[in-house]
Amino acid sequence: MIHSLFLINHSGDIFLEKHWKSVISRSVCDYFFEVKEKAVDPENVPPVLQTPHHYLISIYRGKLFFLSVVQTEVPPLFVIEFLHRVADTFQDYFGECSEGVIKDNLVTVYELLEEMLDNGFPLATESNVLKEMIRPPNILRSVVNTLTGGSNVGDTLPTGQLSNVPWRRAGVKYTNNEAYFDVVEEIDAILDKSGTTVFAEIQGVVEACVRLTGMPDLTLSFMNPRLLDDMSFHPCVRFKRWESERVLSFIPPDGNFTLMTYHVSSQNLVAIPVYVKQNINFFETGSCGRLDITIGPKQNMGKTVEGLMVTIHMPKVVLSANLTATQGNYTYDLTTKVLVWDIGKLNPQKLPNLRGSLSMQAGAPKPEENPSLNIDLKIQQLAISGLKVSRLDMYGEKYKPFKGVKYLTKAGKFQRLSLSFL
Amino acid sequence: MSASSAFNDEKGGSSSVGEPEYGHDPASGGIFSSDYKRHDDLKEMLDSNKDSLKLEAMKRIVAMIARGKNASDLFPAVVKNVACKNIEVKKLVYVYLVRYAEEQQDLALLSISTFQRGLKDPNQLIRASALRVLSSIRVTIIVPIMMLAIKEAASDMSPYVRKTAAHAIPKLYSLDPEQKDQLIEVIEKLLADKTTLVAGSVVMAFEEVCPERIDLIHKNYRKLCNLLIDVEEWGQVVIINMLTRYARTQFLNPNINESLLEEGGGGEKTFYGSDEDEDEDEEEKEKKAEVAAMAKRKPYVMDPDHRLLLRNTKPLLQSRNAAVVMAVAQLYFHLAPKAEVGVIAKALVRLLRSHSEVQYVVLQNVATMTIKRRGMFEPYLKSFYIRSTDPTQIKVLKLEVLTNLANETNISTILREFQTYIKSMDKDFVAATIQAIGRCATNIGEVRDTCLNGLVQLLSNRDELVVAESVVVIKKLLQMQPEKHSDIIKHMAKLTDNIQVPMARASILWLIGEYCEHVPKIAPDVLRKMAKSFTNEEDIVKLQIINLAAKLYLTNSKQTKLLTQYVLNLAKYDQNYDIRDRARFIRQLIVPTEKSGALSKYAKKLFLALKPAPVLESPFKDRDHFQLGSLSHLLNAKAGGYQELPDWPEAAPDPSVRNVEVKESVPEWTKCSSREKRKEKKVEKPFYSDSEGESGPTESADSESDSASGSESGSGSEESGSGSESEESEEGSESEEEEEEEEEKDKKKKKKELKKPVPETESEQSSEEEDRKIKRKSKQRKSDSESESDEDEESESESSQSESEDSESEIEVKKKKKTAEMKPPSKPVKKETKKEKKEMSLLDLDDFEPAPSPQVTPVNTFLSNSLVTDLEGLSLSDSVLSPATIAPSSVLKNYELLHRITGEGLSVEYCFSRQPFSPDANMVAVQMQFTNSATSDTKNLHMEDVKLQSGMRVKEFPEIELLSAGETAMAVMGIDFCDSTQAANFQLCTHTRKFFVSIQPPVGELMRPIFLTENEFKKEQGQLMGMNEITEKLTLDAKCRNEHAIVQRVTTAANLSRVPCGSDKECRFAGRTVTSSSLVLVTVATKEEGAAQLTVNCEKMVIGTMLVKDILLALTQ
Repeated sequence: MIHSLFLINHSGDIFLEKHWKSVISRSVCDYFFEVKEKAVDPENVPPVLQTPHHYLISIYRGKLFFLSVVQTEVPPLFVIEFLHRVADTFQDYFGECSEGVIKDNLVTVYELLEEMLDNGFPLATESNVLKEMIRPPNILRSVVNTLTGGSNVGDTLPTGQLSNVPWRRAGVKYTNNEAYFDVVEEIDAILDKSGTTVFAEIQGVVEACVRLTGMPDLTLSFMNPRLLDDMSFHPCVRFKRWESERVLSFIPPDGNFTLMTYHVSSQNLVAIPVYVKQNINFFETGSCGRLDITIGPKQNMGKTVEGLMVTIHMPKVVLSANLTATQGNYTYDLTTKVLVWDIGKLNPQKLPNLRGSLSMQAGAPKPEENPSLNIDLKIQQLAISGLKVSRLDMYGEKYKPFKGVKYLTKAGKFQRLSLSFL
Repeated sequence: MSASSAFNDEKGGSSSVGEPEYGHDPASGGIFSSDYKRHDDLKEMLDSNKDSLKLEAMKRIVAMIARGKNASDLFPAVVKNVACKNIEVKKLVYVYLVRYAEEQQDLALLSISTFQRGLKDPNQLIRASALRVLSSIRVTIIVPIMMLAIKEAASDMSPYVRKTAAHAIPKLYSLDPEQKDQLIEVIEKLLADKTTLVAGSVVMAFEEVCPERIDLIHKNYRKLCNLLIDVEEWGQVVIINMLTRYARTQFLNPNINESLLEEGGGGEKTFYGSDEDEDEDEEEKEKKAEVAAMAKRKPYVMDPDHRLLLRNTKPLLQSRNAAVVMAVAQLYFHLAPKAEVGVIAKALVRLLRSHSEVQYVVLQNVATMTIKRRGMFEPYLKSFYIRSTDPTQIKVLKLEVLTNLANETNISTILREFQTYIKSMDKDFVAATIQAIGRCATNIGEVRDTCLNGLVQLLSNRDELVVAESVVVIKKLLQMQPEKHSDIIKHMAKLTDNIQVPMARASILWLIGEYCEHVPKIAPDVLRKMAKSFTNEEDIVKLQIINLAAKLYLTNSKQTKLLTQYVLNLAKYDQNYDIRDRARFIRQLIVPTEKSGALSKYAKKLFLALKPAPVLESPFKDRDHFQLGSLSHLLNAKAGGYQELPDWPEAAPDPSVRNVEVKESVPEWTKCSSREKRKEKKVEKPFYSDSEGESGPTESADSESDSASGSESGSGSEESGSGSESEESEEGSESEEEEEEEEEKDKKKKKKELKKPVPETESEQSSEEEDRKIKRKSKQRKSDSESESDEDEESESESSQSESEDSESEIEVKKKKKTAEMKPPSKPVKKETKKEKKEMSLLDLDDFEPAPSPQVTPVNTFLSNSLVTDLEGLSLSDSVLSPATIAPSSVLKNYELLHRITGEGLSVEYCFSRQPFSPDANMVAVQMQFTNSATSDTKNLHMEDVKLQSGMRVKEFPEIELLSAGETAMAVMGIDFCDSTQAANFQLCTHTRKFFVSIQPPVGELMRPIFLTENEFKKEQGQLMGMNEITEKLTLDAKCRNEHAIVQRVTTAANLSRVPCGSDKECRFAGRTVTSSSLVLVTVATKEEGAAQLTVNCEKMVIGTMLVKDILLALTQ
């Protein structure tokens, strides 16, 4: 299946290679570089490329390309999903997935890759199993290791791999038993020029952080599970239980994991938490334009809108912006032509406003269309769909865990079009 | 990590593999720079006694490997440490060894003995790791050693080691393909493994080594289907893809002739197995007149195994792993009946929110699917709307999907969307949008003019690319109806002054030339202008100028003769040989000279022939001949190792090849259902404990009742599910510790006492026999009869997945019992019923009652019912009237038709009211109760779109106009099931929604009671002997040992009336099937201590068999 893996940084250097079968020369990446050169944006590099003798399947994560080489037929998603899993594992181990951090932990990374695939077929991809075999680095341990010559490879053998609950390691012990669940929802919406919703839907995810001793069996139930339209589960969730009772029953992995992702159907009306009044004009003469944006709260269920941010990709002809913001700061990146207005907390009494003039390249024709606005926001303690966790029960263990649920609403792909429909 | 800090500032690609390391680190000014120059350092460290130094050295070496630097000269120093005690050093040495063994074969051999020792280690993880490294060393000389190791490991008692063995198979195969035959043997053995851990890996090995040996799958097919949900994600993908191919070779196309439906249904087919063909022949003769035309084609009935696959893969659509979801989606696309493929759409749309690479692949597949099954994705149209932040490649794919989805109803929405896209700043995307508009225009006649006008407007766009693309598309559109659009052609002629994009210019010129008769005045003028600029044009434009000149010459030679000569002369001296050739060719053709042949007469016909309009096709058309989700599909080219998805067979191969495991599939299910429960227990009690014996009796009682009730045998003994090989391997390896063995023997003994002999059919026995033939040789100490249960126990104790007896607590045991009982005894016949039940047991892990269970326990009003039945025996009323009296509503089981949640507040329950259905006596009355628990009213409740097997009929219930919130309503409908347990599928419609529902009768509801006297009963029974009589011995449930209870339970299970009888040891019941009025006679004769004998006489053997099982169940529960 997966023959080799190359990690390539933004500027095109291969800084790690790993082969699971015989060695493939890194010159195979030249085909990839060729395509990468042509694509302006790294996102536009096709994930699957064909070369005379190999197929290259790549992903782009954290400004790095994970490029895998395969020689025979394999479902491309299989490889893509696996590469993302590798990147997730790095993130999990080192806190981030970047070139620097991988280079700093080269040996650990190599050991991880060795365990994750055997002969190109995934072997151990559960983070809990991996952590039993290869301990994630931390400062204390590296100090101790240097002093005592200890290692970061687990001296106990990974039993998790053998268990029927491969996602949970055995013999977990905590003094404080805690289970936290974060319900995070993202609103994806497209509003047209008049502010009417063209398309809106809610993507939710239940992130869990479970630190419980032993083998707890948890049941998480919702007040209104019928809101959920489509979901995907962590393998630990018993699907049939969900089908019949609409409760999430599972033996959790140890630590952080994504319990489920869900989708709230677009048939339900999605409450849009803010409204935007905007006026962007480009004048035919004088090569300048005017911009005026105001944001106000709409339906936010009495919660404060935070982390408000507006991003506008300006047309290429806009040279600079001379604006004043009543709240927050704005920046205009001259090279990427991106205007970012970081507002922060939304104060309903005093609505934030950004206005001023834009100067354009002299002589250039006025842009045909106004740019669209991308809006970013956060609302703490609110799941915009109205989803509520009703209770969490634990079976199989005797102690009383500390339980907590947090809600958060974010803007996902929230777009305000300035386009007029014909 | 101090070692790696020095590399950071180095460029990864600075040195290539194979070059020595010396002097290659200009950038590393770090403290370790000297180390790189002389590996002596590292060698010294490796030779030292301190593990810490060794570790440091190994880390540096591995870091070198990771960066692609050559460290092969350290091989001798490293290989010495292969037996190092420090586990991390050892692991790193392994990494090094695997990387360089191929280059240093002789030295690598030094390490082999270490691994051979490791293969015998008592710790399964060490055995596995030794095998893993050994098999990864690509040195041909050790092939025999590897082969031996793999064979041994394949029968290891630890499933983890067996998994590793499965992984090793493709490694050995790639090293030496000569070993194929031997490896296939190992694969065959491992395929029979019952653990989830091994399944994925061995199928992977199968796919790499012998994908053509599809026959190896037969016996394991059902097991794989059933294990699937518990296999790890990656294995799931491989198994699903393989099973797709398998199904294509073994089953019939479910969409081949949907209109033709067989009476009697699929259940019967497999039930009768071999004599199926005969039956059909007979049936055909009977109905020759009706089906004469179609006699040659067999009516389609889905094989239950086909159904099993579809059913068991469906829950995986909810997987978090995109590859799994895609695998299931492609399986459904390639294998499911049209009506069922729709379920995958939602899951695929969900994947569109994943990483952009995932989106890219999914959209490609969706694009292919939308061509064949457009309707499936239509509800999700908006999910394919394009955002300005999408990468271009995603935008273009979404556009493709939107175009494929366009039809008369949604075209206006889509076109409006397209119009916004045209304004995008991303020019490639705009060009693609214009093409998409063109395609919509050709496909949907209604909007052709609108689109054309829109595109013409775009001709005045400021952006030349937009204009050029529009011209190309307009050209294609105009070709369809040129006469109507001469003004557009004129407009485009003007554009030649401004447009510079060659393709667009060429398109315009072609258009003018083709339709020069529509623009007789403009055309020569255009040619004049073009002749002027001829030399400066691109080749493609030049060719079109020649073309235009030729056409004008033929139609209007008076005006254009000189111009044409001029152009042809220019072309004669062009640099491009194509253009020179073309000019020469055209001159000969159009200008009549003495030399020119007959052809020039036909020049006009040649040039101005009516050209067919181009068909704008999706590039994804017909791509589905590649298996979706595959690399080959994505590239639209066959990738190496791609296995073609075979066409459906004309006639289904013998389905009995999979039958071997029929019996075993039940324990599998039981296992699945109990597995999770056991998991949690396992950690608490990893070893067998003494309390084993206490729970034992419960279980043995269960297994007894199981076997007595005729359900699949061995449900108790086989549930461990791990491979039976474990036993032998234990003996073979000899490394097992004495104590452990001792302990096991003890357990086995205990176990043996508890287990009753499990009835087994011949076929299974023999198949098992085969599987084990080889193993038995080594097995001296056990007799054959013991082996079965022993082995299972053995593996249970060995595999860590296994479980101690006591951890299967009472609840657990009951659970098992329940699942076993809930299983209808005859698998093939009651296929549909079973489906529901199976799913329920799939993950039903805890001690809760699944809420919407159709298997509601019999209602408790025993007394009244049995009284009535008793009375009935006395009454003299005639048989037609009697049903009403025999069947009080209290015994009726309610089944759920529509759950409150899926019905969005509307819930529907139904029961078989056992009342005669007055409009049609051949119909079974179904009473439905509608409850509206939503907050709003429901209107116009009615049924639609009834889908039935042939012969079945339905009398719909009258429409319910209004069902206010909180209200309940009743309705009665009639269904003629044709004496089969096929489901009646239909849609339940409200004013807003439609729900797909189905009603399936238990066999007992397919009959109506009749009154017979004892003598009549005996007479009738005498005529229904032989094949028509089925007798079963049973042990009555403790609560069911009196006459009343028996009568009550039998009449609950089947709509029969009691026949008066002199003896209190016998209870007799009689009835007729509703449709064909075949007699059904049931006798229950009780004996000492709850023993009893059940006899059913019925003309319809299928009904009889099913009824026996149902009644058995009712009496033993």
